[in-house]
Amino acid sequence: MRRIISLLLENESGALSRVIGLFAQRGYNIETLAVAPTDDETLSRLTLTTVATDEQSEQITKQLNKLIEVIKLVDLTEGEYVERELMLIKIRVSGLDQAEIKRTTDIFRGQIVDISPTIYTVQLIGTSKKLDAFINAMAEFTVIEVVRSGVSGLSRGEKVLCV
Amino acid sequence: MLSGADILIRSLQEENVDHVFGYPGGAVLHIYDALFKQNKIHHFLVRHEQAATHMADGYARATGRAGCVLVTSGPGATNAITGIATAYMDSIPMVVISGQVQSHLIGTDSFQETDMIGISRPIVKHSFMIKSATEIPLAVKKAFYIATSGRPGPVVIDIPKDITNPADLVPYEYPKDLKLRSYMPATKGHPGQIKKAVSMMMEAERPMIYAGGGVIQGNGCEQLDQLTRMLGFPITNTLMGLGAYPATDKQFLGMLGMHGTLEANNAMHHCDVLIAIGARFDDRITNTVSKFCPQAKIIHVDVDPASISKTVMADVPIVGPVESVLCEMIDMVRQVIGQRKEEKGKALAAWWEQIELWKSQNCLEVKADPAGSIIKPQQVIQTLYKLTHGDAVVTSDVGQHQMFAALYYPFDKPRKWINSGGLGTMGFGLPSAMGVQIAFPKEQVVCVTGEGSIQMNIQELSTCAQYGLPIKIINLNNRALGMVKQWQDMQYEGRHSHSYMESLPNFVALVEAYGHVGIQVASPGELDSAMEQALAIKDKLVFLDVLVDPEEHVYPMLVAPDGSMRDMWLSKGVRT
Ligand SMILES: Cc1ncc(C[n+]2csc(CCOP(=O)(O)OP(=O)(O)O)c2C)c(N)n1
Ligand SMILES: [Mg+2]
Repeated sequence: MRRIISLLLENESGALSRVIGLFAQRGYNIETLAVAPTDDETLSRLTLTTVATDEQSEQITKQLNKLIEVIKLVDLTEGEYVERELMLIKIRVSGLDQAEIKRTTDIFRGQIVDISPTIYTVQLIGTSKKLDAFINAMAEFTVIEVVRSGVSGLSRGEKVLCV
Repeated sequence: MLSGADILIRSLQEENVDHVFGYPGGAVLHIYDALFKQNKIHHFLVRHEQAATHMADGYARATGRAGCVLVTSGPGATNAITGIATAYMDSIPMVVISGQVQSHLIGTDSFQETDMIGISRPIVKHSFMIKSATEIPLAVKKAFYIATSGRPGPVVIDIPKDITNPADLVPYEYPKDLKLRSYMPATKGHPGQIKKAVSMMMEAERPMIYAGGGVIQGNGCEQLDQLTRMLGFPITNTLMGLGAYPATDKQFLGMLGMHGTLEANNAMHHCDVLIAIGARFDDRITNTVSKFCPQAKIIHVDVDPASISKTVMADVPIVGPVESVLCEMIDMVRQVIGQRKEEKGKALAAWWEQIELWKSQNCLEVKADPAGSIIKPQQVIQTLYKLTHGDAVVTSDVGQHQMFAALYYPFDKPRKWINSGGLGTMGFGLPSAMGVQIAFPKEQVVCVTGEGSIQMNIQELSTCAQYGLPIKIINLNNRALGMVKQWQDMQYEGRHSHSYMESLPNFVALVEAYGHVGIQVASPGELDSAMEQALAIKDKLVFLDVLVDPEEHVYPMLVAPDGSMRDMWLSKGVRT
């Protein structure tokens, strides 16, 4: 099952490498990773997605919790949550395609953020599934570059992850 | 105002470090100079950095305090890696200070530069890269706290050379207290869970207590003793836990696992309630996990939540320090033990009868050579036990000799048996014995080794000479990498691929060259007197080279692959 694990860690050099190293060392895989400081600059918020069984996920969260710099963590997929990912995608366009790409971008509530005579750059925000769907929808055109931010997420409602 | 080097030394003094094991080099010269100018901390110069880490490790295992190591950058740091990994696998508190190249050279592939933080990352509990001298006191304080609290482990502090420069002075103050928002080891077990566990114990008909090294590390041996006796349950200890419960007590079934006794392994397999305390269900214990304890409800007490339900699911997980959890269990058991149902008492008595039957098979019986010409390795350990009255601190290396020592030297007290259980590091025995001897100069310290293992840190005989460490080394010399050869006998039709040691040194001449005493013994008739002679020399290191039966195997041995814990080889060709 896909998991979204979100953690608060000390914003110190070396902390991130410990988190990533743990995954490599114990044979877990990371599908996506997003990390940046929070409003409190001593803290970083890291969100990663992985695929794991219940038992594996329990081990992963326990092992992460053991890292000295990890303050708190939550497996968002255990409750209700909001997830978002940002994608920038560059598509080669010829005259006839332009309207079609524009229309599909609108349907997905994306924006064309850069245009050159032969290239459109589209920005899209949504769940990972929605971004996948957009890439699929672009299959008939020439996609030349894709960059995705990795998933970020929060629990819904009152539940918060803070120190 | 002090230099970084002086700040480091002062900080170590604040942590009551009085022994440091190490080896100098360019990146730590400022620190060595600061060491030279003080006399509170005694530094022991090894001959190889691996030995420094094992010395600190032996010191820590014997005392319960963190061992402290000082090495230089590059090769000094990498040489320390095996010892750090050894400590990590057995949860031993240790603080390793490694020198690093000057800050401005980091990342440029400069002379003797290695990324110590990166290399050591998977084998440390935590590590610190120092960026300014003012960070040193807090890092040292945190390092010792982290190394010794919760589930202990090694911590590395990497210090670039410029930071210890005697010309750069900064203000010094040692922090009084420490608050780490991201590290709060459990201090108490959950009372509800403990209560559940106790009622499960009261309902048990075929209970078994399985206690590991965590009981020793967590200073819970007295409580373990008390609880076990109150309950009247059988108990086994892991290789790491030997001495946690008195081995000569009648409730003790011996060690369990790969080379565990018939009674311990059988009792594990057939029990209905398993009480695991400070043990981690290692694969050398469980054999095939899916066949492990098929009828048992499992209670698991451990200070490390990640150890619980990692390989075997626990029915009653209890996260907490063993000592405090056991104390609470004792209080609860005391209140309810009088009300144990009569039929449960009867079932327990029947369980003991069954156990006595297994015991009566006497799986550790030693058959002396009928011709009286070959010494059996087990006899050497039995003789050692007899002559040291079971009171020695015994360290060991890795191989058959280690298992013979574990099985034939019953330890009645904790911190008397010191071996590398988790990593299985050959070369651990001698330096760890040195660390123990330094911590306890008056104790009888014996290193049981093999001719393979001893050669992995034999250069330390020189260190022993320098500091006058009167260790007794018992070399079970079977002229082979015995444990490897045993597996080849059992699983590779006796093809002894590279398991023989050709051109062994003349050990007696070798140790004498270092200024020690060497004695060789080859016949059973002379074993007693040779060992007496060795033990009688109080002020010198003695190396007793015992030529033992090269054909001997360690038994019992769990049948693998696919076996359960009751499937054991009991002697060559004979299995349960
Ligand atoms: C550093 C290291 N290398 C290899 C091994 C694998 N190994 C385990 S036991 C053993 C043989 C040890 O030989 P010896 O010290 O003579 O002990 P014996 O088994 O003969 O008693 C070997 C090679 C190990 N445990 N450690
Ligand atoms: Mg040998």
